[in-house]
Amino acid sequence: MQTHQYDVVIVGAGGAGMRAALEASSQARTAVISKLYPTRSHTGAAQGGMCAALANVEEDNWEWHTFDTIKGGDYLVDQDAAEIMAKEAIDAVLDLERMGLPFNRTPEGRIDQRRFGGHTRNHGEAAVRRACYAADRTGHMILQTLYQNCVKQDVEFFNEFYVLDLLTDHDLTTEQVEDGAEVNATGVVAYDLATGEIHVFQAKAIIFATGGAGKIFKTTSNAHTLTGDGMALAYRRGLPLEDMEFFQFHPTGLAGLGILLSEAARGEGGILRNADGERFMERYAPTIKDLAPRDIVARSMANEVREGRGAGPNKDYVLLDLTHLEPAHIDAKLPDITEFARTYLGIEPYTEPVPVYPTAHYAMGGVPTNVDGEVLRDGRNVVRGLYAAGEVACVSVHGSNRLGTNSLLDINVFGKRAGRAAAAYAKTAGPHRELPENPARRVVEQLEEMRDRPDGERVADVRRALQETMDANAQVFRTGESLHKALADIRDLQKRYRNVSVQDKGKLFNTDLLEAIELGFLLDIAEVTVVAALNRKESRGGHYREDFPQRDDAHYMLHTMAYRRPTSAPDVADGHVTGFFDHVEAFDGYKVVLGSKPVTQTRYEPMERKY
Amino acid sequence: MTAVLENPASEPAVGAVPSFEVTLRIRRYNPESVHGDEATWDEFTVTAHGTDRVLDALHKIKWELDGSLTFRRSCAHGVCGSDAMRINGRNRLACKTLLKDVNPDKPIIVEPIKGLPVVKDLVVDMEPFFASYREIMPFLVTTGNEPSRERIQSAEDRARFDDTTKCILCAACTSSCPVFWTDGQYFGPAAIVNAHRFIFDSRDEGAAQRLEILNDKEGVWRCRTTFNCTEACPRGIEVTKAIQEVKRAMITRAF
Repeated sequence: MQTHQYDVVIVGAGGAGMRAALEASSQARTAVISKLYPTRSHTGAAQGGMCAALANVEEDNWEWHTFDTIKGGDYLVDQDAAEIMAKEAIDAVLDLERMGLPFNRTPEGRIDQRRFGGHTRNHGEAAVRRACYAADRTGHMILQTLYQNCVKQDVEFFNEFYVLDLLTDHDLTTEQVEDGAEVNATGVVAYDLATGEIHVFQAKAIIFATGGAGKIFKTTSNAHTLTGDGMALAYRRGLPLEDMEFFQFHPTGLAGLGILLSEAARGEGGILRNADGERFMERYAPTIKDLAPRDIVARSMANEVREGRGAGPNKDYVLLDLTHLEPAHIDAKLPDITEFARTYLGIEPYTEPVPVYPTAHYAMGGVPTNVDGEVLRDGRNVVRGLYAAGEVACVSVHGSNRLGTNSLLDINVFGKRAGRAAAAYAKTAGPHRELPENPARRVVEQLEEMRDRPDGERVADVRRALQETMDANAQVFRTGESLHKALADIRDLQKRYRNVSVQDKGKLFNTDLLEAIELGFLLDIAEVTVVAALNRKESRGGHYREDFPQRDDAHYMLHTMAYRRPTSAPDVADGHVTGFFDHVEAFDGYKVVLGSKPVTQTRYEPMERKY
Repeated sequence: MTAVLENPASEPAVGAVPSFEVTLRIRRYNPESVHGDEATWDEFTVTAHGTDRVLDALHKIKWELDGSLTFRRSCAHGVCGSDAMRINGRNRLACKTLLKDVNPDKPIIVEPIKGLPVVKDLVVDMEPFFASYREIMPFLVTTGNEPSRERIQSAEDRARFDDTTKCILCAACTSSCPVFWTDGQYFGPAAIVNAHRFIFDSRDEGAAQRLEILNDKEGVWRCRTTFNCTEACPRGIEVTKAIQEVKRAMITRAF
């Protein structure tokens, strides 16, 4: 076992982690721990753009962007946070340009901008050109640019290290910590994939930037490595997860594969059609049609298929039509996604429409933070020295449905804020806090138990069963019945998980072992997602309950806070239980206790959401 | 070792796309195994569907036949650069290579990329590759005050280096280069591609320094223009052309 000491430790080297590293490393001794080489992170798969009201091509301002973000999130957005994000978006884009990001340019040489779903002029009048972009590989350029600047600043990386535990000076799973009492994060425990060695990192400030958990679903745009590690670690250590029932299904995944085709395809003029060739979005969102927010488009597509108007031999997808666009325009603006259609489906988008269907894409929920990235341990108190940014976090700027481009924005704005806050805190925090005795104990036991189990079920079988039940029962359309089915399956799978075994018993580069550990994370995230979805008996943004199809502001205009607690713990999450959020779901050996947190409202009254 | 996997009955019907049997012959290396430092070959036969990629077959083997088979992968659609490997003698991304396109009638030969130390099975040590990348100053170099708005760059100037911005650092090009195989000190195509990306960026002021670095005896002049790199690039970058442009810039000092 090796022990390291840093001022700031950042877990994850995607956009949020590296943006934070650029801030923190210039002020404090910083290490970035990542389970992948930084340039493999899934930020690189983002395509369409990053919105900021630069007004380079038409009138725009950050207040409209704020409004769109709040309305897009179906009013579950914390309005102060959305305002910060929209305001700081402009500098976030300019920061990236100064770092070298090769944005597409206007004829005048400014950063070019294009339309994107849900982004409008003057509070919904018409689509506005707000997304700054680099062809359809904006995320790739952001990831590369941030990594390039980390190389420039000589940021220290621990690549292919898996963080498997978070260390704090109070055990929040069992201790009743009083309101206002101090809880400190003290370090993380990591596993070096190459050698199998355990490393303990002691730190004054820790930033989780571990990304999402799309692999709880079968059909997803997410990488194999997006297994909710950071969320699950926080949850296991007694920290709440916020708004986990809200998962975004991106409308245009390649049918059957889930590979993302950017919303930019529609921003550049692409049209969704059903089997009859009808532009069906005209019926669902008469004003902005195909550029309605993703939850609405995804539901509309699923509805077309359900009502028998799907295309293809099994009538199970709709068509993304680009055939009316000039091939040269497609090549200039959408080169990568059209290549995906050619490579993976053998479809030529110049002349044929592309089969598409919604694909699990983005977790709106996550580890709750304030606008400086500080992690909350309940509705009011922060964990000192613990920060989160990016998809792992819930600020909440996305509410119940994230607008396209706002994730690349989120990682840049809140990655920067978290990095800056963590470094500032580390500088004033005094000496490192003591680590618990034998800090790696839990990780070592977990790994040894998994490695030593001689014979059992295959990881892949349990994972496939999880992904299939989530797709079948917790996807675009949900009911109490389907969610109960998913929950029953997850209970069963949690039991089966205790009996999975790995074939590779070695120390070196044991991906078999790590996949088994990641499956444990996936099960925990699926569990909390479904429990929160069962409790929210309304439809809002990405969470659609067919048995409760209306939004219910009177009872559910609150963030869900889900805690995992021992069976013997009190049933009250944080002393502030609100009527419809007092659910407790018992599991074998623990329970999930729900609570709530108010939504911050500043100037926007919730309205009916029409486009 | 030969293992055969039946198509599980639970597999959903995949429309009109036919399934077929495919055999992968995979180079194995695991210093912890009984074979020690000796590489061996294993054959696995799995059932694949029409649109399956080599990565799908590798996953099927790992998940259902031999959990110890080791390879890197992440995004699974050709943008993260994790799974470059030698497939039937050519460097490709496993997630971007459809089985039906590599003649599944014969065993498909899968090996790690060449020229980098093998760690285990298809996993190589990427550190030497990234070290070369870091050496060519892969970041925008500017002098003077930061502008308050964006730097102005014409669409033509932006287009000048567009091709080389596509690089995902998968190492398919560098590890296909015969010069790199024989001389691991050579910077290799990927590092030069990333130097190109900045040398020809109108906003950058570090070109002279980068050209100096690449004028080294292990630099751009080692390139013998065999075009392996261009053929290997899964992003369609004209790698050899980019290297030629860097060579020319070194002579003319025009960029």
